[in-house]
Amino acid sequence: MDQDPGARGRKITDQEAQNINRVEELAYELRVQEVMTGDLKALAPDMPMSVALDLFRSARISGAPVIMDEKVVGVISLEDLIRCLTVGNLEATVESYMSRSLVMVHSRDPVVEALKLFVNTRHGRLPVLDDNDKPIGILTKGDITLGMLKALQRDYQAEEVRRYRASHLFEDIISDRTSLIMRYNIKQGDFTKGGAASSYIKRALLRLGAAPQIARRLGIAAYEAEMNLIIHTTNGGIIRVEIEPHQITMEAYDDGPGIKDIDLALRPGYSTATEEIRELGFGAGMGLVNIQRCVDSMKLESTYGKGTRLRMKLFLQKPEEFGAEKEGTNDTRNAHPR
Amino acid sequence: MNIRDLIRIIDGTLITQQENLTREIKGGFGADLMSDVLASIQPEAVLLTGLCNPQVVRTAQMADVAAIVLVRGKQPPIETIRLANEEAVPLISTPYGMFDVCGRLHDAGLASLEMPMANGPCDCSD
Repeated sequence: MDQDPGARGRKITDQEAQNINRVEELAYELRVQEVMTGDLKALAPDMPMSVALDLFRSARISGAPVIMDEKVVGVISLEDLIRCLTVGNLEATVESYMSRSLVMVHSRDPVVEALKLFVNTRHGRLPVLDDNDKPIGILTKGDITLGMLKALQRDYQAEEVRRYRASHLFEDIISDRTSLIMRYNIKQGDFTKGGAASSYIKRALLRLGAAPQIARRLGIAAYEAEMNLIIHTTNGGIIRVEIEPHQITMEAYDDGPGIKDIDLALRPGYSTATEEIRELGFGAGMGLVNIQRCVDSMKLESTYGKGTRLRMKLFLQKPEEFGAEKEGTNDTRNAHPR
Repeated sequence: MNIRDLIRIIDGTLITQQENLTREIKGGFGADLMSDVLASIQPEAVLLTGLCNPQVVRTAQMADVAAIVLVRGKQPPIETIRLANEEAVPLISTPYGMFDVCGRLHDAGLASLEMPMANGPCDCSD
């Protein structure tokens, strides 16, 4: 986190940007007022040092700003108090022992500004001023650490809350049959983004409270289907996922070119993929086979020249209990990856 | 074995930022074919591969991979690193080749997390 003082305003290179972690981001996002101690324990210049001693002891602090007419005029630290105690001069005024070199921050400054001041000035605490330069709090390195830890915890809790809300979706909404439909447009040839939709689908399932194995099975099936749309279609296609309490239906469809021989396409190891695709680690002719292993039923329909539709179902409880219609599928149910 | 142990054993370099190096690795799996990975890797494995494209990270994410090791000192393109950081999948580069890395990890007691194929690679009808 220590930056050289000249670094401010300098452009960050991509190489550096990728090394920025969440804590560093927070240093820019959080404002001083969010982490400071707002309950200001202050001294006045004409108070005797014995008051400072009592204040430090009772409030368990190691420093305090000295304020006169709503302005900070100095800071008393534990070191100043020790200097005073060494000569047994507790009757002396705060003014005579306080440090007058003032380093302060504004409440709306990002925390990173305060961090720079801590590093560059070696001060232990910084008085915090509002927009009218009136002191409203004090900031220590400990406050920053605590504030960041709390913010990180909030990040975590926000995801927990999202997850909690989503997982109650189906219980909160009453109907004869509730379902959640998600659609993703998949662009032909977009390898860099390949898998993004699958990633969203998997995350959605986890937020909805699906078991990790279910999310994993559907994620793998979605990913293979997504790569198929990217690799083999003319204009890309659509992945549509319908989530119901008892089953998940996923469809991947496109408008061409279609499959000439479905049985051949389903044969493990058969592929029409180019060398370029194979270099990406795909096109081994295992995609549909993998999908079949992950879902409870799979149906592939295609008309050459028109398009292809791949339908997949995953039952969340035993299908018999729900009387799910028996569908003609290309294969029987398989062993699933755990 | 956790990620920190893994990095030590294979003289690896962590390419992504990673706060939690104590995450446990339950076993290993090596492949350059992402469909093979998706077909038979079990969760919480380290994935050893010679591929560096972003699809490796997506595959890892779908298959609940604990860490990715790029063999033969490969430096992945920036999109791969960016995605790995976003999805919090640790990327590790090692100077050794696939065979060496497998040997080292096997010697260190890491088990295989490759699911056995029942009747050859093509039979999926059991």
